[in-house]
Amino acid sequence: MTSYFVIVGHQDNPIFELDLSRTQDSGGANESRRHLNQFVAHASLDLVDEAKWQSGALYLKTVDRFNELIVTAFVTASQMRFLLVHDSSVRGQESIRAFFNDVYELFIKAILNPFYVPNTYIVSNNFKKKVQIVAKKHGVAL
Amino acid sequence: MAAVRRQKANETVFDKSLPSKSKPEVNISTFAFLFSEVVQYNQQRVTSLAQLHEKLADLGRHVGFRMIDLLCVRDRAPKRETRIVNILWFIQKTVWKTLFGKEADRLEQATATEATYYLFEDEPLVNKFVSVPKEQSSFNCAAFMAGTVEAFLCGVQFPCRVKAFLVKEQTTTAFEITFEDSVIERDKRLEANK
Repeated sequence: MTSYFVIVGHQDNPIFELDLSRTQDSGGANESRRHLNQFVAHASLDLVDEAKWQSGALYLKTVDRFNELIVTAFVTASQMRFLLVHDSSVRGQESIRAFFNDVYELFIKAILNPFYVPNTYIVSNNFKKKVQIVAKKHGVAL
Repeated sequence: MAAVRRQKANETVFDKSLPSKSKPEVNISTFAFLFSEVVQYNQQRVTSLAQLHEKLADLGRHVGFRMIDLLCVRDRAPKRETRIVNILWFIQKTVWKTLFGKEADRLEQATATEATYYLFEDEPLVNKFVSVPKEQSSFNCAAFMAGTVEAFLCGVQFPCRVKAFLVKEQTTTAFEITFEDSVIERDKRLEANK
């Protein structure tokens, strides 16, 4: 049961991170699972960078797999990369696409803030809450 | 009586819809007043014209960076531009129209080098009420717009430098856009794979 969402910036730096998995497993295993998610997301960046110039589409579908983990990507016009690391318990490409689109809108509202410095971490708690809500709405949060 | 829209207790910026296409225009005199204050403020804090240009460009960068995604989702079929010419057209048409209410006048490629493009604007909005003293004739407030264009292009990963300068009896402003070599190489590769 994995679902991990991350926004990656221009210097391959995380702009926003959110673990959407249900956290019922015990501490140690949970910790290593989180690290694995980050690792898998980072490893897929090269493939995303390759795919994003091949088409002008924002939604790139599945770009990478690692064992049972699937990486689905979305690249914004400003070349921010949205990655979702998940397993087969997240249903349907369409719901993931809808999730990305909704997050994109929230993301724009966050960066339109004149005090936001481009390419830095989004610390807004309201943003985080909203992402959690849209993740639940589209069945991306487990 | 003026309608005051009261903010609900828990409403955040994320609950409101994005600023829509139906133009929320700013009065030209208001804009000119604000911009003139901006120029004066910066003028007192620099020692050279180059520094002043840079300061104005920095302010423009704030605008350019924020326009990218906003204009993308306002489009009926949102997509990313991957080619140089397409992104420049997008700037000439869509970006200019949104920011300045009209399209930029001309777009040209330099004959000598393929990495350089020129965007011409006959009456830049920021220069409308500006008269530059003779001894500073190389000064151009359109440095602000150059910064906007530069941040836009760098944001969509077409890294470049943009410089604004006056041509033709000091009325038309040209924006010289010089892309980095990596951009040209990528464009050639995409052209070959088409």
